[in-house]
Order: sequence, then C-alpha cells, then structure tokens
Amino acid sequence: MAASPMEQFNVYTVMDLPPVFGLDLSVTNATVFMVLNLVLLVGVFALTTSRVRLIPDRRQVIAETIYEMIAGMVRTNAGKKGMPYFPFVFSLFVFLLISNVTGMIPGWFTVTSHIAVTFALAAFIFIGVTIIGFVQHGLGYLRMFMPHGAPWWTGFILIPVEIVSYLSRPISLSVRLFANMTVGHVLLKVIAGFAVVMGVLGIFPVAFLLALTVLELFVAVLQAYIFAILTCIYLHDALSLH
Amino acid sequence: MEIDAARMVGAGLAAIGMIGAGIGVGNVWASYITAIGRNPAAKDDIGASIWIGFAVTEAIALFALIVGLIVLFG
Repeated sequence: MAASPMEQFNVYTVMDLPPVFGLDLSVTNATVFMVLNLVLLVGVFALTTSRVRLIPDRRQVIAETIYEMIAGMVRTNAGKKGMPYFPFVFSLFVFLLISNVTGMIPGWFTVTSHIAVTFALAAFIFIGVTIIGFVQHGLGYLRMFMPHGAPWWTGFILIPVEIVSYLSRPISLSVRLFANMTVGHVLLKVIAGFAVVMGVLGIFPVAFLLALTVLELFVAVLQAYIFAILTCIYLHDALSLH
Repeated sequence: MEIDAARMVGAGLAAIGMIGAGIGVGNVWASYITAIGRNPAAKDDIGASIWIGFAVTEAIALFALIVGLIVLFG
C-alpha cells in the first residue's frame, strides 16, 4: 500500500527509440512532461500576449508583471551591460517556474527534481559565463581569482580558495534546485503516509499537508527566482570583474 | 547487518552538517530584521540581496542532506 517516497521520481521509458551514436534517446516520462511544460508555457504566453495593447487588459498584465520583474532583476544585478542576456534569463526563469509549479500537481512529474536536468542547465550557464568572461576581458579575466586590494602574499591562500569557489558554482546551483524539489516532494509523501495509517486521527496530518503544500508552492517560485538571480550575479562577475 | 547499522549511523552523522546551516540562516534573517529596524527606508534595497545570502547558506544544509541520501540509498 504505502509505496516508497522515492517512487515518484522513477524514470521509465514510454516509447523505445533506436540508439543514436550509442546514446539512448528513448522517450521517457520525464521527456513527456517536459514537453507538456513547454507547451503549457508557450500557451500561457501566447494567450496573454495575443493582443498587445498600450493599455493592457487583465491577461496582458500577467505577462507584463513577470517581464518587468525579470528586467528589473537583470538591470540591478547584472548591470546595463547584462541587458543583452535578458532574453536568456527570462526564458530560464519562466521554464523553471512552470516546471517547479506544475510539479506540485499530484501525479505530474517534477522535471526539476532530477539532477540531470538542473546540472545540465547549470553547466551550460557556467560554461557560457566563463566564455563571456574570457571574450570580454581576455586573459585579464583570471584577475577574478585575486580579490582587488588584497596584499600580494595573501594570494597563496586566496587564489586556490577562489578557484574552488568558482568551480563549485555549477554544483551548488544545480544541487540547490534539485535538492529543494526532491526534499519537498519526499516530505509531502511521508506526511501523506502518516495520514493513511492513523485512521480518523489522520485529519491532523492532512491539515499539516495543506499548510506544507502552500510552503512548497512558495519554495517552487523562490527557487526559480534564486536560480535566475544567481545567473545574473555570475553574469555580472564575468562582465565587470566584481 | 553491521553495514546496514553503520549506514544508518552515517546518515545520522551527515545530518550534523545542518547545525551550521541552521545557525547561518538564522543569522541572515536576524541581520535583515536588525537592518530594517535601523533603516526602514532601505527595505527594498536589502530585500533583493537577502535571498542570495539565504540561498547560499541554505545550500550547505542541502549538501549535508545529499550526503545523507547517498549514504542511505546510494
């Protein structure tokens, strides 16, 4: 009856496809739900921006609010030079937002609860930001590893520390999102398990579950926001060498 | 059998890492409230960066959790 709380994260093949260059490209439930998320996302924005007017109607305000929020975030955290990357940050934010929030629907697969997905995103951001840094500053980008104004002899300690902290960025970025999503869903499943075995008294875990669901919705939005804001900060480091 | 027991003990030990993150996150919010109390006008300026401090500190707790999960299920 009570399945393992980890069971909800199982990935299984829905449609077998022949391997390409030794890679298994079969369609799994994760693929299906990611495509569903994207369709939903495009649908929401197509609906809200279908008839754009100077004076927005109620639907258009939804899209404009998100747009304004992310534009403000990029402007304050990445600076004027970061504005060309606004479309990327915006797509990243809305994709994570819809993936996290739809994950709260019972039975819906949470795409971001898999480190494969979040680490792929974080690794691309890390590589991209490093390339931007080297293109902008050439080899001068390496100055990033020596904090400005520190005495030269502290470099023996500071440079290794800064290099480790730089390399751990994609790990902490991806693990934060993945762990928050996984833990939230495991917690909901465990509390729901209490409700099943407690009989009539199970009303208390159910009430707690309700409050926890609200918290998890908040965490879903917050983690998407944090992922985007940290991307902006990394961009700022690469563009203007903190 | 002893390996199973050691695994449980190890997962419990991994959770000790949460102590530091708990203190850290408490510190972040305490400083935030102190700062707003002293200068309420700066609320919007601090409000955006507080989430970064919170997220970076909270990540430590999650690393401890991942270690625990790897020990238990890995």
